[in-house]
Amino acid sequence: MGAKNSHLNSCVIIGANQAGVSIAFALREKGWKGDITLFDMDPELPYYRPPLSKSVLIGSESLGDHALKPIHLYKKENITLKLGHKVTSIDRISKQIFLDNGSFYKYDILVLAMGGRPIIPNIPGLKNSESIFTIRTSRDTIAIRNTLDKSEKRRALIIGAGYIGLETAASLIKLKANVTVLEKEERVLSRVTAPHLSNFYEFLHKRNGVEIFTNKEVIEVRSNSSDKEVICSDGSSYFADLIIVGIGIHANKELAEETGLEVKNGVVVNDEARTIDKNVFAIGDCAFQYHSFYRRYVRLESIQNANDQAEIAASVICKQEVSNHSIPWFWSDQYDVKLQIIGLSEGANDIIIRQENNNKKKFSIWYFQDNKLLAVQAVNDMKAYVIGTKFIKENTPLDKSKLRDPDVELKPTNLKFM
Amino acid sequence: MAKINYVTLDNKKITLEGNSGSLMKLAKDNGVKGIDGECGGVCSCATCHVHVNPEHMDKAGEASEFEKDLLELNDHSNEYSRLCCQIQISDDLDGIELKVAERD
Repeated sequence: MGAKNSHLNSCVIIGANQAGVSIAFALREKGWKGDITLFDMDPELPYYRPPLSKSVLIGSESLGDHALKPIHLYKKENITLKLGHKVTSIDRISKQIFLDNGSFYKYDILVLAMGGRPIIPNIPGLKNSESIFTIRTSRDTIAIRNTLDKSEKRRALIIGAGYIGLETAASLIKLKANVTVLEKEERVLSRVTAPHLSNFYEFLHKRNGVEIFTNKEVIEVRSNSSDKEVICSDGSSYFADLIIVGIGIHANKELAEETGLEVKNGVVVNDEARTIDKNVFAIGDCAFQYHSFYRRYVRLESIQNANDQAEIAASVICKQEVSNHSIPWFWSDQYDVKLQIIGLSEGANDIIIRQENNNKKKFSIWYFQDNKLLAVQAVNDMKAYVIGTKFIKENTPLDKSKLRDPDVELKPTNLKFM
Repeated sequence: MAKINYVTLDNKKITLEGNSGSLMKLAKDNGVKGIDGECGGVCSCATCHVHVNPEHMDKAGEASEFEKDLLELNDHSNEYSRLCCQIQISDDLDGIELKVAERD
């Protein structure tokens, strides 16, 4: 395999995160013989991010438990980590990247795995204020822990009731914090799910002691000597010792934009993860990719997507057969509730809720566009998740009336439309 | 201390020693190909699917309902299938052999 790309000597990867580390090792596995160098601003050995809002925040596991790869494997595979360095620009004509310390590196293949950064809205008093946190890096999680431990009243206020906000709320409750969540929309998880699931999670969190308020648009944060005051547009206000903002991320696309690559919601790439420059690829959270299953461009923020795009790009770079896109999947663990999601629900015009008998906490939501199944969100219901996966993949017609009926056992043969 | 034998898809046998943690983590930390553990070991993804040597099934113990359901429709699943993130290392596992399963 190496012979086919033996004239290529250097692969530079910007971003030593899930996507970046994944492609580094995938390239070696597929026979890339040249140098592989990963750059990242984060000085930590690259780590797995999902536990940052869960087990690492709670303290039941350490960051060391979640290194993406132990250091000896980087050495074994001759993959160079350049950590704590910021890439400041890319020159695609001379094929070089430049760092903040003035040094530069040549590349033959450049992979942009630049990830994203949390959005901090332009609210007076929110930016540049102490005790305002996001959850993206290990440093963020450690800072939240430290600030919480230093505060007497342990009042944490979370702006945004999306997955990251709610997972953080569940973890902070375990840390005996007094947790308030403010959501701008009329329900939690409003961007990503049907009202049924929103209601379920709102109730779950309230029962566990989280105060959730919806329709709350934060307009100002005041820093007092002892605490913070968060003021909403309806005149209400909330006091907190620390504030966590979890309203989503912006793709890190500026370096690509400045070097003339096509940029929209993220760095635009084709179904092979390649940009308009044949030597430059983009993968992971920063990539706005043509998805062959959905036949449209999507930007996905997930582990599976980061790994899949890394695998695809590595195959293309090493001139190997490229696998098809898989159906996107996600999960979220909060308290003792496991949510698993297969597919993208956008575009659904028919939603079926299937409630299992004898267990209020086991149900699934099936999203259809007419008769085509688009996505399934399964709560404590692995069967629904795997059957949904199968039906979406195979694009098999499904009998909706049987699906709706909890007395019909959830089995592929029972649900097939005859 | 337990000796764990992994057999990869290209039939390479890798023997590792472990004291604690899951069989998925041990495999990942030592670069056993085909064991990815994408969900981090929370029984959500089946990217650590293995077939346990039939003679060693009792060492591996019983899978949870959740794990069984996740594997039920997997094209490469059989009666010896397990998700190795769900098996914790102990001395009892000494000598166990696991074959990496093909991915759907």
